[in-house]
Amino acid sequence: MANLRDVYIIGVGQTPCGKFPTQAAHMLGREASWAAIKDSGIHARDIEIGFCGHVYQGMGVGQRTLKDIGLVGQPVINVEGACGSGTLSFWEAWRTIAYGQHDVALAWGVENLSKIMSGGPLPLEEDDIEVALGMSMPGLYAMRAKKYMDEYGVSSETLAKVVVKSRKHAAQNPIAQFRKETTIEQVLNDPLIADPLTRSMCCPVGDASAAAVLVDGDTLKKIKRDTSREPIKVLGCIAQSGGYASPTGLTCDPSENVTRTSQMAYEQAGLGPKDIDVVEIHDAFAIAELIVAEALGFAKKGEGARLVEEERSNYDGEIAINASGGLLSRGHPVGATGLLQTVEIVNQLRGEATGYQVPDAKIGLIETMGGAQPAMDGITCVVSILGK
Amino acid sequence: MSEEKNEYTKPLPDFRPETKPFWDGTKEHKLLLPKCKETGKVFFYPRAISPFPGSVNMDFDWVESSGKGTVWTYSVHYMGPTKAYKGETYVVALIELDDGVKMMSNVVDCDPESVTIGMEVEVVFEDATDEVTFAKFKPVQ
Repeated sequence: MANLRDVYIIGVGQTPCGKFPTQAAHMLGREASWAAIKDSGIHARDIEIGFCGHVYQGMGVGQRTLKDIGLVGQPVINVEGACGSGTLSFWEAWRTIAYGQHDVALAWGVENLSKIMSGGPLPLEEDDIEVALGMSMPGLYAMRAKKYMDEYGVSSETLAKVVVKSRKHAAQNPIAQFRKETTIEQVLNDPLIADPLTRSMCCPVGDASAAAVLVDGDTLKKIKRDTSREPIKVLGCIAQSGGYASPTGLTCDPSENVTRTSQMAYEQAGLGPKDIDVVEIHDAFAIAELIVAEALGFAKKGEGARLVEEERSNYDGEIAINASGGLLSRGHPVGATGLLQTVEIVNQLRGEATGYQVPDAKIGLIETMGGAQPAMDGITCVVSILGK
Repeated sequence: MSEEKNEYTKPLPDFRPETKPFWDGTKEHKLLLPKCKETGKVFFYPRAISPFPGSVNMDFDWVESSGKGTVWTYSVHYMGPTKAYKGETYVVALIELDDGVKMMSNVVDCDPESVTIGMEVEVVFEDATDEVTFAKFKPVQ
């Protein structure tokens, strides 16, 4: 492999998460992108290329976003990788700089889901056999939950505790969609969507955008920046598509994809799970936090539940998982999610997560998991590792 | 089942070159699995190249499954993926067939809330349209 250049994040921006049905996706994108450019301290015209992650927003959202800022002409690529679209656009920006094609790139993700649906599960491809059998996204994760609970003797109460922790964290996060604390009883008394998942064990429908400005190490030294903010280094960034976890069967477990992707990212960064201080996990459903924490190496198989039960994954615990509230409470505006996670980790490493700051956070990890596909364990997994 | 053949309103799967023999089989109420000619092992989901390490085989036999297996995992769905499922409560499950492969399907002909992991099941065929027959599973009596 070629020698990769160092890549830094020099600016981030985001909108609140919530339902904004009157806001066009490109307006949300513009708000987050402009905030990221202002935060970076560079001139908007320094941006050489843009990557816009989204899933359901139609034609040319990326171009429409930058048009309002006045950035036209330069290449803009709209990136789709299901729920991993945001981090896939980040990965594109990282690699175009790492491989020396461009020096300054903007990556953003955007979704206005509330314009197309008021609630319920995300629309899936109707000709997929799983959809023809009635499988929903919550249902897929529910099957994972059933297996996990059966195998390791875990109860629904543990899944409820994931939600309770998530809401508690989000109560301190000013951009979170759900900022009201909840209890185990409330979570368990919610209607069942797909047994054992109740409504609040599933992420909400919502809208938002988030963005990051990336540059290479040499450009960072010479580019004019109207700020003294500390750049955050990209230590690892890997994207992988899903696979057949077993040659002999359909799978319902994303952990093979997450394990494979994170091991490559750890290797690229020269780090391991023990080096990570703060983590953003793609907890679209409460069970995901447990199985993904294991796949990332923060707990042994079957012991992810104990991280939550023993409150070791709280923002001030031994490994801070989803201090932001995660997808369950900050929200999951599909294409924006990966960048929201990235912005969150940058804020934590800068020490700016007031009220839920992870103490002494030096290295953070982002895991994003996109989608359902027949017979596969996912569409796209992206893992990034950032450090100061 | 309850739907008239021509009034099936739920999503239907597409046929691809790799999956067509499977659907041809279910239409004749046979559960067929692809078998790698090189390793002699069956697999699922159907695909163009053999999934077994080291095998470059792209040509398969289709062998009939016993149709018997157990529920590997499942979930009772109270909300479906599209509007066509509105108001229905049903079971989506991963079935581990005695042939050694796993297959996603529905567990039918029983109270959804009576299904358990490890439950013994056997295949039952459900003609959805003139073209599509689903292989579903019911508890072994």
